[in-house]
Amino acid sequence: MSSPRDVVITGIGLVSSLGEGPDGHWQKLTRPGVEPVLDATRFAPYTIHPLPEIDWNLQIAKRGDQRQMETWQRLGTYVAGLALDDAGIKGNDELCATMDMVVAAGGGERDEAVDSAILAASESRNDRDVLLNEKLTTELRPTLFLAQLSNLLAGNISIVHKVTGSSRTFMGEEGAGVSAVETAAARIRSGQSTHVLVGGAFQTEHSDMLLGYELAGYLHRGPWRPVWQRQGAEGGGVVTGSGGAFLVLEQREHAQSRGRKIYAELGPVVSGRARRRRGELNADIAALLKQAALPAGELLTISGASGAHAATAAEKVALDANPALAVRAFSTLTGHMKEAQFPFAVALAALAVDRKAPYPVFDATVEQPFEGAPSSVLATAIGYHQFEGLGLIKAA
Amino acid sequence: MANLRDHMGRPIVAVTGIGVVTSLGVGKADNWAALTSGKSGIHPITRFPVDHLNTRISGMVDFLPSSSKGASPLTYELAETAAQEAVSEAGLDSGDFGGPLFLASPPVELDWADRFSLYNSDKKESGSERLLRVARGLKELGIFETTQFGSIADRLADRFGTRGLPITLSTACASGATAIQLGVEAIRRGECDKALSIGADGSATAEALIRFSLLSALSTHNDIPEKASKPFSKDRDGFVLAEGSGALVLESLEAALARGATILGIMRGCGERADDFHRTRSKPDGSPAIAAVRAALADAGLSEDEIDYVNAHGTSTPENDKMEHLSLSTVFGERIGSMPISSNKSMIGHTLSAAGAVEAAFSLMTMRESVIPPTINYDNPDPAIVLDVVPNKKRNAGVGTVLSNSFGFGGQNTCLVMAREPV
Repeated sequence: MSSPRDVVITGIGLVSSLGEGPDGHWQKLTRPGVEPVLDATRFAPYTIHPLPEIDWNLQIAKRGDQRQMETWQRLGTYVAGLALDDAGIKGNDELCATMDMVVAAGGGERDEAVDSAILAASESRNDRDVLLNEKLTTELRPTLFLAQLSNLLAGNISIVHKVTGSSRTFMGEEGAGVSAVETAAARIRSGQSTHVLVGGAFQTEHSDMLLGYELAGYLHRGPWRPVWQRQGAEGGGVVTGSGGAFLVLEQREHAQSRGRKIYAELGPVVSGRARRRRGELNADIAALLKQAALPAGELLTISGASGAHAATAAEKVALDANPALAVRAFSTLTGHMKEAQFPFAVALAALAVDRKAPYPVFDATVEQPFEGAPSSVLATAIGYHQFEGLGLIKAA
Repeated sequence: MANLRDHMGRPIVAVTGIGVVTSLGVGKADNWAALTSGKSGIHPITRFPVDHLNTRISGMVDFLPSSSKGASPLTYELAETAAQEAVSEAGLDSGDFGGPLFLASPPVELDWADRFSLYNSDKKESGSERLLRVARGLKELGIFETTQFGSIADRLADRFGTRGLPITLSTACASGATAIQLGVEAIRRGECDKALSIGADGSATAEALIRFSLLSALSTHNDIPEKASKPFSKDRDGFVLAEGSGALVLESLEAALARGATILGIMRGCGERADDFHRTRSKPDGSPAIAAVRAALADAGLSEDEIDYVNAHGTSTPENDKMEHLSLSTVFGERIGSMPISSNKSMIGHTLSAAGAVEAAFSLMTMRESVIPPTINYDNPDPAIVLDVVPNKKRNAGVGTVLSNSFGFGGQNTCLVMAREPV
């Protein structure tokens, strides 16, 4: 039974190493045997999935705005623009001014040259705190701080795209993306919001972004392998990718009244915080699967599995326990996009529902075929280190 | 019998526990005593050398065990300390809170002390290659966790037994208010009957200070630190970087009354509006801040005439105080000249991610104690800003309702309306 306050998806913005936009991703991802775009040399011994060529001008008209951002904020602002365009909201002053926004964000890029120079100097100085003051006061670009602040991705989206109803930034890796979608959906269901922009972006092509994983040894090293085949390989299993995903979530009645195409309905979104050191993750994922009220029968499942050994193994056990789930781990083809991981999974799920077609297996040795038109698709994001969530996307 | 539903039919949200830490001390009692006697917590920086720095004062919290251990450990300790006070006051089990957690905290980064020690633990290669190689050889997770944006909330969730996936958020200098707003909204939507909202910020590192300094945001009145933060004064020259935390236990009034809890105040309304003008400056007509104040009043179901006192954002920057005056005078009209409006930041500085929560805590105490804390250092009024700032000395006054403003970089504007009593 549909209700006027259902949450529906009316806009999708995507960028990954595979390209941009829902069509671009659909075409690539439904081509059997599509190869990932990899760069194994720039950050060796780590492999990454790099950004595709992007003409920033297409979504960020003012060069001045582009200059105020580093790549992460530019990317997020660009992907948000794609989603707004797709939903027919971009440039509509009234819809933008009443639109709420929840962005899942980490931090922006530091100035690597300044940092490296300070570190190099620290080898021959004992007064490192003074060294820091000396270098940072003279060498930091004043506005770089704004390009680093987590909430300034949302700030730039407000400035560039005029989304000003409200602006909230959630932090906390994949969990931030889950909470952002969950909160946006709850706002719509309760009547607090009619339309919400939600999503995130991750720019991995910066050493600090790799360091954020590698301080716990999470990155995969050596030859690239699909997400499910990294257990036992050198390193921690995560291969990162640059990219982003934004969704326009809308109250069904609001979308219908303005005559918009609806990709899919966003059903239950559930989240959890397993105490993983106590071994709770398997049981927690199983409990989330129960809460998500999965339909009977075969279910296409878009997994945000990162490849991180423990989390990915736990997810596989939990998903394998339900033989009806036909799993597709998209990070095999895009790399792990951290805060954007869950919005990306939801977007791919919505596309499959909309196109009434499944994705072929991304890893033929592990993933099971799926035939027919999926009327519901499950999306997962089990954090590489902490936090987990699921969402069920249904035919509109 | 109080109404249990507000003017829009939503559950009324009560405050049943309050906790606070600032440079003035730990806990409500010490903070309130200092705040109402006009005492400043601003002092010379001793945590790191101040060579080459234009600003050498702050409102850092230097008296906790984690004060010298880096931004993440200190932010955690600030949050935990305030939350413990709030949960205890609420009479709830501090290991099994049973509601969601909303944490406003600063974005995290690898601390320079750790960066230096990792880098200098090896000699091979240089720059990021060396850091990455050393990183993957680490045998424990301590440093890693300081770089994960969700880790402080994860630890707090363990410590207090909060429910579900904790939300860590940043809306810059409005973060603390947003954490409260998220808790209020979750209760109003019926998702929970209680929530723990915390704003905590222990990120006053040398790099943070330098970053704000490069944006010309900080006061450089170093000579008499306690006089540096002077909101609404003619010679105000920037904010004073500070640390602190505020925590509120929020409960549906119905649940709070049912368990016989003491009602410390009511969260009447929240309003927000993003600004699309500039990354650090407000739209010249103040329209986003005006809209945020009006949205909060509408959400609270109160008219402009029904606000007794404004707890100002009042940062002491030339821009903020001018814009806040413009916004308030637009909303409140002629009445603005006679309404008490004071800035806690004159004494505690700007606690950034914590500010909205710290100032909500003080707003609630203002109503409970019938005492308005002053705006200190108001010796040289800005003639362009005609406000009753409760200059220099506390004022005894019955206060039934408060508007608390929070405005931040990135166009963030969030306002809270609180009341002493249920309707």
